[in-house]
This record gives sequence, structure tokens and C-alpha cells, in this order.
Amino acid sequence: MQRIRLRYTKRGRLRFTSHRDFQRAFERALRRAEVPMAYSAGFTPHPKVSYANAAPTGTGSEAEYLEIALTQHRDPDTLRELLNESLPPGLDITDAVEARTSGLADRLTASVWELRLDGVADEDAERAVAAFLVAETVEVQRRTKNGMRTFDARAAVAELRACPQPDRPADERCAILRLVVRHVTPAVRPDDVLSGLRAVADLAPPVPAAVTRLAQGLFDEESGTVTDPLALDREAVPIAPPTAVGTASP
Amino acid sequence: MFPQLEALLPHVQKPIQYVGGELNSTVKEWESCDVTWALMYPDAYEVGLPNQGVMILYEVLNEREGVLAERTYSVWPDLEALMREHGVPQFTVDSHRPVRAFDVFGLSFSTELGYTNMLTALDLAGIPLEARNRGLDDPIVLAGGHAAFNPEPIAEFIDCVVIGDGEQAVLDMTAIIRAWKAEGRPGGREEVLFRLARTGGVYVPAFYDVEYLPDGRIGRVVPNRSGVPWRVSKHTVMDLDEWPYPKQPLVPLAETVHERMSVEIFRGCTRGCRFCQAGMITRPVRERSITGIGEMVEKGLKATGFEEVGLLSLSSADHSEIGDIAKGLADRYEEDKVGLSLPSTRVDAFNVDLANELTRNGRRSGLTFAPEGGSERLRKVINKMVSEEDLIRTVATAYGNGWRQVKLYFMCGLPTETDEDVLQIGDMAINVIAKGREVSGAQDIRCTVSIGGFVPKPHTPFQWAPQLSAEETDARLTKLRDKIRGDKKYGRSIGFRYHDGKPGIVEGLLSRGDRRVGAVIRAVYEDGGRFDGWREYFSYDRWMACAEKTLPESGVDVDWYTTRERTYEEVLPWDHLDSGLDKDWLWEDWQDALDETEVEDCRWTPCFDCGVCPQMDTQIQIGPTGKKLLPLTVVK
Repeated sequence: MQRIRLRYTKRGRLRFTSHRDFQRAFERALRRAEVPMAYSAGFTPHPKVSYANAAPTGTGSEAEYLEIALTQHRDPDTLRELLNESLPPGLDITDAVEARTSGLADRLTASVWELRLDGVADEDAERAVAAFLVAETVEVQRRTKNGMRTFDARAAVAELRACPQPDRPADERCAILRLVVRHVTPAVRPDDVLSGLRAVADLAPPVPAAVTRLAQGLFDEESGTVTDPLALDREAVPIAPPTAVGTASP
Repeated sequence: MFPQLEALLPHVQKPIQYVGGELNSTVKEWESCDVTWALMYPDAYEVGLPNQGVMILYEVLNEREGVLAERTYSVWPDLEALMREHGVPQFTVDSHRPVRAFDVFGLSFSTELGYTNMLTALDLAGIPLEARNRGLDDPIVLAGGHAAFNPEPIAEFIDCVVIGDGEQAVLDMTAIIRAWKAEGRPGGREEVLFRLARTGGVYVPAFYDVEYLPDGRIGRVVPNRSGVPWRVSKHTVMDLDEWPYPKQPLVPLAETVHERMSVEIFRGCTRGCRFCQAGMITRPVRERSITGIGEMVEKGLKATGFEEVGLLSLSSADHSEIGDIAKGLADRYEEDKVGLSLPSTRVDAFNVDLANELTRNGRRSGLTFAPEGGSERLRKVINKMVSEEDLIRTVATAYGNGWRQVKLYFMCGLPTETDEDVLQIGDMAINVIAKGREVSGAQDIRCTVSIGGFVPKPHTPFQWAPQLSAEETDARLTKLRDKIRGDKKYGRSIGFRYHDGKPGIVEGLLSRGDRRVGAVIRAVYEDGGRFDGWREYFSYDRWMACAEKTLPESGVDVDWYTTRERTYEEVLPWDHLDSGLDKDWLWEDWQDALDETEVEDCRWTPCFDCGVCPQMDTQIQIGPTGKKLLPLTVVK
């Protein structure tokens, strides 16, 4: 059995797909592309796909990850091309690597997000970010299945900064925030950070923020960067293909 | 206009249903097309997307050069409120264009309960609700689908109606509209509607006047201009193999009610069940060939990646080669984990064999049969020829073959029905469980009884019948429920599902209504009525209140439309729409029903003169072809 790890995107209007929607679409794409999937045992066998840490419905992403198990060996790049032909544009596979290490999920410890706030001036965004960063804790609320939940949105934030756009015409106000969040429990989402900005500085974008996950991976505490979670698989020594037995001719 | 909509989407439930981009959807270049269609299934996306009718017409139209079709569905009230607030009009999901920009706005009505949703869509689109107030730049509003066989209740809201099969009809309409546009739209809306009407296959309500008698009945329906026919005919597509649609079924990203590849294995039904409007208005039977079916399944699965194939028709086990089809497909897809399903089966042991074949490797969970009537007498009235013995023998075979659950469908409120007929449903369920425990040796088998209220429909022998009132329906079903629940030995193995009688009365009002019912629909819509097919939204009280407000002017009421029995002489609101069925034959069949006389199926016995074939110049098309489905060459 071969395991392949894929990085994929949720772009444009397809950012409105929920994770369940994506799962169905992806599994159908596997069938159309006739990928030799391994199936679980049991009465209703399912193709073996492990999804990690999906972005919330409505947010775009350049860095989602999953792993599939195949019964026959396939070249990762060919598989990527095959799947891209089969998936709707917007759900694009951007990387495919044979799994040679364990624990992909363990290497997804933080995400880099871009938050585009249309109608918000750079100065207002910068002021709100500064107020957020000096706070010890920033209590926010989110509606969950079990009712309203209150939690701290500050501690998980490793980096938050406004990226001024000096070239933008003055009448087109649009602030861009860059956010690095550690994956903690309960999860702190970009939405929660926006609620936090509203709580500490009354920042209220006139239209919903456009949120995109730019990267996901292992958080390096020293440099404060997020590293490629597939790097280890790429660098690891390839597993030798099984040697054919009994091919010697008489 | 997607950016305007996009700003609203983060605030609504399941936004994915509004963004389009489904696999196999088509976006054609607007400027390169001279006839444009917006097709609507007037219900939520999750119900509308899998609709075969819309999917077929969408593909048939988009395949033609210079023609484009896009889809639109009902938006849920959360988005409707935002669209009104921000001035966003009803849009198509394919390229997010305003519906008002299209030449034709075609709606497919499987049920009358979509009428209020049509008004919502028209209003959101900025199209005047009443046809007579529309201008040259408004689309031609077209109704089709089974409910359109009596379009009179919505006559004032629609410009035209097509009854019967749409594949050929939409292309004929396209040609007429194209020519009229190319000539510079001479004579305006009225001219193009007239050109459509004079073909005899498009009904334009505005070209007909309805005259009423002093007692409220219709005196006559008469054309108000020369050149339009007295009666408008339904369309019938012959040779289904020439129309293998949908070839590229739509695969949504959002979850919908049917997630499978559907293949229509035949159209029409001559079993002659007297309550069944679909069986009456889709005659004659036209089979798709076994090889045609095999090809559609193969191509469709490749195009979609679906895991299940549904073999659709009104009574799928009646295909002349169903045994070979089931075996052939089961053989072909045994390794590929593709499930096969066969909805709409009748009660006989052959069906259990078929079901066994289709579930060769899978789980045998539930089998469904539809005896429809609880007593043998009542089954004679409705011409559903199933004896109690047949049923018990069939379920014995099912439980003996490892099936754990049998579902039985019935109707309540059938003509001549008494409490006793309905209580016999309970006896039947008890006998089923007793037999099931005996043959399976297990106690944990189940039987679910599911009951719907009967609504008399136009173009059926029961079109003259009185509908049972909601109160009587509920009382009868309560007695049955008490009987089943009260049975100590078997009651706990029997599930009981039923709908209360109230929605059926509204459906009855809309099914057999005339133009005067339009005012009720409009009043309900204006009072906030939406999504009448959904329990959460349907309001019986609102419908009754609006009927009481609007109908008295005409001297009729809801009972007059529903629980009143009609006589032979009465002009029915849909008499000028020709389904091919001879009205005298329908009347004789109604009399036969009252005499408990059955009629055979004309596929296996001589013609019984229902009138359709000679009137429509059609004939039954059935096999067997003698061909088999061979294994597919494996390309791996």
C-alpha cells in the first residue's frame, strides 16, 4: 500500500464549500480519475482518505492537507495532474508527495492567514492590531453546538500585523492583515481574532472580511515561521520498491 | 452580479448552494447566443438540482449552437430577505445573471406546492407577477411539468404552458423565438405568444376566456382570437434511445436529496392505477433499450463518479428486459462498488429476485412495496391488482432471503373508502410480521406502514371524485394508529408513518382549481407563504384564511373545489388541455371503479381504448430486443 499526501486549495467561490461538501467532491473525483484507492473493511467500505484540520466554510485556503492510501503504486505528480483534471477549478491540488514519515497531523501546529478588510483604513487597522497585541487576554464569544462559548483569542496568536498598501488609491480603503495562529484547543479562528479586534478597538469592517489560509505547518518558535509540513517526506530517503522475486530466467 | 451576491453569502445557511460551478455544468458565452433560457425548479437547490426534467432540458438546450440555458432555484428566506434589502435580483447559479435578462423563464412544476415559490422568484427577478403587465423586455414565463396539465390556477401569472415531454418542445419554441427576434420582434410579446400558440402545442392562457355558470361551474372555455386551437395537445417523445439525456449529469458540491446517477429506463405506464396522474398523462409506454441503458450507465458513471445508479420509471420492474438489465449491470459493476437501485416496484415475488440480484454483495436492509389500498375491495376500485395472498407470498420470499424490513405504502381517502378498508391495513401489517417471523425465525424483523392522503388529480378517472376532508382523514388514520399500537403481539414490530390531512386539502384545491384560485395563491404569497412543500413553512391556516378572503366573490369555496363530487356534464377547468385520454373513457373507467371492475394492462392484453395512441399518433414501444449486456473491457 502506498500513501500519498496532497496539498490542496479552496479558491474563489469554492471557498463556500463545507468540509463535508469537499469530502464528497473529492471522493467522486477519485472515482472519476480511477485512482486505485484502498478501501476500509466492513459492510460499507470507504476509500481511505485522512483529512487534516479543514478550514472553516467561507474561508479560502491555499494550504489544506490530506492523505490517501492506494493499492497500487502511482507517481505523485501524475496523480496530481489526473486529480486536477477531475476536480472543479478552485479545488486544486498544488502538491503531492509520497508519505515517507508518520504524523502529518502532528506537523500542522500553526496557520498563516491573510485577512482582507474592504472599507477599512490602514491606520484604523494598525491601531486595532496594536491594541490587540498589548492586551494580556482578549475574551471573545462564539456560538458552538453547545451554545455560546467564551474563550481567549490572544494567547494563540503568534503574529498579527497590518500590511499597509501604499500604492492603493486613497479612496479605495482596504486593510490587509497577516495573522499567524497556533493550533490550540479550543481552536482560535480568524473570525475570533476579528471579534477580538472589535472587542479591543471597536474595529467593525463594513463588509465581511475575505479570509484566506496561506500556509499551514510546523511552527518554529525561534524564528516565528511556519514550515512546509511535507518537507520531511520530500527529503526522506525513498522507500526501495519491493524487489521482484522469481524473475530469473531458466 | 456575483460580487453583489458574494457579499451576502457569509450571512446565510449553506452558501455553497448559490455559487454554481457544479461538475458538468455549462456556462456559454452570453453574446454568442440569440435565444436564452433560465430554467427553474421552484424549490430549494437540494431538491431542485437532482431533478431529471430540468437536467435534461438544460443539456438539450446547451448542446445547440446559439442557445444557452442556465439554472435558478428558490432561495431560502434568509437569503431572500438579504436580496430584498440589498436590491439583488433572482439570479441563475451558472453565471449569476439576473433572470429578467433571459428570453424565456421556464419553470418545471412536479407539484402544485411550488406555485408560491414561483411568485417569490418572479418578484425577486423584477418581473411583473401578472402576465398582462409584462413588457417586451420581460422574459416569456413558461410552465411545464406534471402539475402544468392543469395550469389554470396559475393562468394569470404565466405567459404559456407546455404539457408533456419537453425535449423536442423546447427546441421548437427556440426556433420560433429566434425567428421572431431576428425579424426585430414584430408585434411585441403578443405576436411571439401567438406564433407559439398557433402551433397547437403551446397553451397561452391569455388567448382563452373562461365563462362561468350562475352556480359557479364553468360554462365553457373559448379562444378569444382566431388562429389558436380549441384544445392544446401534449408532447410525446418517441424513441427514448434517440434522447439519451442527461448524458453529463450535474454533480453538485452541496448535498442534495438524490446523490446518484439516474437513468430513465422507460417513460409512461399502462398499469392503469386510477389514482395515478403520472401513469395517465405519460402514455404510451416507451422503453429505452437494454443496450441504450447500459451505455447511459457507463458514460454517466464516468462523467460523475457517483456510487449509485437508480433505474427510474413509474414501475421499473415492468421493463420487458428488466431481469437481463439487473443481472447485466450487477455483473458489470460487481467489482466497482457501484450500488444499483430500483425504485417503484410492484408487489410480486419476481421483484424480490430482482432486489436480490441488485444487492448481491451489499446489505439487505429494506424492501418497499405499494399495495396502496388496505382491502382487496378497495384495490379493485383503484385498479391495483394485488391480492393479500400475493403480498404475503412476496414478503415471505423477502424475509426468507434475508431482508429485515419491509415498507408498505398506502393511501387514505380513496373513493368509496370506509373506516373498515383502512383498518385492514393494520391486519395486513400484522399478517406480514407473523409470516416474516415464521419464515425468518427472527423476532427483530420490521414492517413500516407509510400512508399518504389521496388527492384526486386532473386527467385521471378520479378527476370527478370527492376528496376526503382533512378531519375525516385524520380520524380514520387515528383509528388505524390505535389499532396497530394496541396490538400486543405485533404492534411493536410495526412502524406507522402518516401525514395529516391538511396539506392534502391545499394540494387538492390547487390540483383541481380553476382561474379563480389564482387570487388565493397570490394572497398566500403576499402574506408570506413560501416553500409549501416543507412542513416547517407550510401553513394550512394561512391558506384557508386567504381562501376565505378571496373566493367568496366567485361564490365558491375550498370545499367546492375539494370535497365536491363532479358530474359527467361538468366542464372541467383542464378540458381544453389534451392529454390524449378520451374523456368518455375516463368516465367509464370511473364508473368501473365504482363497480369494482378491474382493467388489464394494454402491454399484455388488447387495447382498451383509453384514446391516447390514436389521438397523439403514438404507439407502445416495448422489447424484448433479445440483446444482453456484455462485460465491459477493463481498461486499467
